[in-house]
Amino acid sequence: MSAQPIFAAFRQALAEAWAGGAGALLPLGFFAGTAVLVPLGIGTDPATLRAVGPGILWVALALSSLVTLERIFQADTEDGALDLWLQTEAPPSAIAAAKTLAHFLTAGLPLALLSPLLALMFQAQASTGLLVNAAYYAVGGLAFYFWGGVGAALSATVRRGGLLISLIALPLYVPTAIFGAMAMTDAPGSQNAPLLLAASALFALAVAPFAMAAALRLAAD
Amino acid sequence: MTEPLLTGTGLGMIRGERVLFRDVSLEARMHETVILRGANGAGKTTLLRILAGLTRPESGAVTRSAPHHWVSHREGLKPHETPHEHLSLWAKAWGATANVDGILKFMGLSRPADVPARHLSAGQRRRTALARLLLQPRSIWLLDEPFTALDAEGRELVLSLIEDHCREGGCVVAAIHGEAGFGAANEVTL
Repeated sequence: MSAQPIFAAFRQALAEAWAGGAGALLPLGFFAGTAVLVPLGIGTDPATLRAVGPGILWVALALSSLVTLERIFQADTEDGALDLWLQTEAPPSAIAAAKTLAHFLTAGLPLALLSPLLALMFQAQASTGLLVNAAYYAVGGLAFYFWGGVGAALSATVRRGGLLISLIALPLYVPTAIFGAMAMTDAPGSQNAPLLLAASALFALAVAPFAMAAALRLAAD
Repeated sequence: MTEPLLTGTGLGMIRGERVLFRDVSLEARMHETVILRGANGAGKTTLLRILAGLTRPESGAVTRSAPHHWVSHREGLKPHETPHEHLSLWAKAWGATANVDGILKFMGLSRPADVPARHLSAGQRRRTALARLLLQPRSIWLLDEPFTALDAEGRELVLSLIEDHCREGGCVVAAIHGEAGFGAANEVTL
């Protein structure tokens, strides 16, 4: 057991996100693009937009998390790097978690940071509440990326596994999406929603790495 | 007689409906090389993966009493990764304090050291993967077709690496087509 492979995997995944040119900007564009299209689709009534805004952003966040997840383990499987990672002294679950976390930081966190700007487009009042919401998006995004990572690991040996990842991951997104959307409303019973949102993220962090490790071992087998 | 560094006993593997091989046993001790032979698709790579612990055998068991190096036909290089970056990454991941520049020079990779892997030739990529063997001393080397894509000079280089490694008390298990170029203690035909 050694921590060095984990840090190396984390750093390499960070470097890789920017190595393909603007690869890390892709989910950002997808996120913003989805959010811009919605008002065109449902009309420009400010009250309606204000009501649906937070929910639309949750959906956009969930979908854009799937845009780049395909790459995180598939490339390693194809070029043989996965074999090398599985043979380090660190547990594969930690390696997988490090890679997924790096991917979240480069592709997911920017989406959360952009969310206040998009919320303004949905006629939200500029307030510190938008920053709180950005934190909710960040926590929810973490859960999305870890569940998505499980899908990515399971489909690592499948060519064009993107759709498969969606099918595996989207059902796992449900609790996070529900608690996340609840945390942004004043509906009765929503006071505890932020805690439940955090709990769903912690659950993903605790379970997903082991599922990813098992899937990656199978992919190498 | 020294204890074997690597032992595989009664190894068998099934792929789909087909028995790939059955009851294969091999041993590699200090100073020994074992060559795996067999036609394409006979299961040489699979056997090596089993010895490395990557693939679970259908039957039999593997014991390794020392750390091992793994170099296969898939080099583990990312398209944008340079040989220098690749070796630095794995030196860090393995906690090895190796002289990366010295290794690159030794492997004849000084000139393309900073060229992304997608612009490297197959032989240069192979040399980069083989250079990992020098990052950290490990007793067991598992090599899948180590000479593929190498020129005559590269072949000589790898031969000398294998010979030095065995002289210093390591062992090598390699899947090889054609002439091995070194004296093998053992040949296993699948």
